[in-house]
Amino acid sequence: MFTFFSHFGRYLIMLRTAFSKPEKWRMYWIETARQMNDIGIGSFIIVALVSVFVGAVASVQFAYQLNGQLVPRYYIGYIVRDLCIIEMSPTVSCLVLAGKVGSNMAAEIGGMRQKEHIDAMEVMGVNTAAYLVMPKIVAAIVMIPMLVALSAFLGILGGYIASVPTELLSHGDFVRGLRSFFVPYNVFIMFVKAIVYAFLLTSISCYQGYYVKGGSVELGQASTNAVVFSDIAILLADYIITIVLTS
Amino acid sequence: MIRAENITKTFGEQQVLKGISILFEAGKTNLIIGRSGAGKTVLLKSLIGLVQPTSGSVWYDDVNFTNLGKEELRAVRMKVGMLFQGSALFDSLTVEQNIRFPLDMFTNLNAKEKSERVDYCLERVSLTGANKKFPSELSGGMQKRVGIARAIVLNPKYLFCDEPNSGLDPKTSIVIDELIRSITIENNITTIINTHDMNSVMEIGDNICFIHQGKLEWKGNKSEVLESTNQELQSFIFASPFLQRLRDRALGRPV
Repeated sequence: MFTFFSHFGRYLIMLRTAFSKPEKWRMYWIETARQMNDIGIGSFIIVALVSVFVGAVASVQFAYQLNGQLVPRYYIGYIVRDLCIIEMSPTVSCLVLAGKVGSNMAAEIGGMRQKEHIDAMEVMGVNTAAYLVMPKIVAAIVMIPMLVALSAFLGILGGYIASVPTELLSHGDFVRGLRSFFVPYNVFIMFVKAIVYAFLLTSISCYQGYYVKGGSVELGQASTNAVVFSDIAILLADYIITIVLTS
Repeated sequence: MIRAENITKTFGEQQVLKGISILFEAGKTNLIIGRSGAGKTVLLKSLIGLVQPTSGSVWYDDVNFTNLGKEELRAVRMKVGMLFQGSALFDSLTVEQNIRFPLDMFTNLNAKEKSERVDYCLERVSLTGANKKFPSELSGGMQKRVGIARAIVLNPKYLFCDEPNSGLDPKTSIVIDELIRSITIENNITTIINTHDMNSVMEIGDNICFIHQGKLEWKGNKSEVLESTNQELQSFIFASPFLQRLRDRALGRPV
């Protein structure tokens, strides 16, 4: 328990230091743009693949489960849409991103710590927590909601591709389902989740890398911890946000 | 000038530095020597603030470095250059980008002025034309020289070198030593070098501090090393029979 509070305190201190005034805005902007490219463009394919397949599987699965029941067929489109918007796109995408982006960040910063790059910057007078952490968090908060929105679209598209051409559902039924019972507030929930998860997965991963000690084994552990703790934080946050925003 | 006053450092129950007080003079190469585990690196890192001393103070001229706020600390650090043992060059940046990094971060020079400053530093370390190379394309000695170029790019008043000769052949070590010494004298820098290299001790040791088991065991200069009667220093510097014979010959003792 003491270890947990010790880590949590150090995590808060890192965040406070990370959000201090930059030495030079231009350098931070360049770093943020680089991170936006890495997170946004670099993760697009994996997020797209996961989204299309989860959307496709969801529609086939629901078509199977609702077969022969009194529930109208067009509900499949409705279920796939809301599943993608409320849960699958923000949560599943961010769990995947924790694996890709989070482990990458922990390894990058941890490697810099081990090769004394961070010490070199500190000696120069650079606020390393700010320069290495803040641009990553800002870039993630900008790019991950965009990825999540794309993921929702691609998930629905995946559902369409898996059900309409295979005649599980007609085009008209799927579209009718998509247009039924639409609640714009759900999109708001999706973006809230995306922003919170983006903050959690980047800050936790950066923390794991920033305080790494030892050699390559510890760096590997830090990278694994980044994914594990980010995933746990995302799932906990998912539950809390769902309760708060839907009650 | 840098002054350490009664520096102690404890890790858990182990006291690594036991009240060290030293004066490092400007315009001279100040060497910290000692066996592995003697506390040299911890002392160097305490002097530069990478390790917080348990007690004691470090003075950069008239500024108490150990009591500085964030902004004041940054202001002092902009006057500091450091060459790391492994050079600590940013792998994904070219030589030019590495050297330019402090200029980009802390100065308002335009691109042309930055390029000129980078070229001057590269010329100073005899690496003219290496601008576009990556650290992985350079030898260990060249990486050290790029490290020195980066350390001097902001015209530091204080230069720290952690094991500048480690992993280098004797000839390259001499080149690096001479480079550090000439930069120190030209710019009247306070240079502190943490080293194991006996060539460095005998060639560029203007001031030498021998650390033994966390204490300042001996202090002097290169010409005083030979005649010192300190047993710990003698057994450290002249560890091999070959070096002992050389010493005895130099002092006219029977070999």
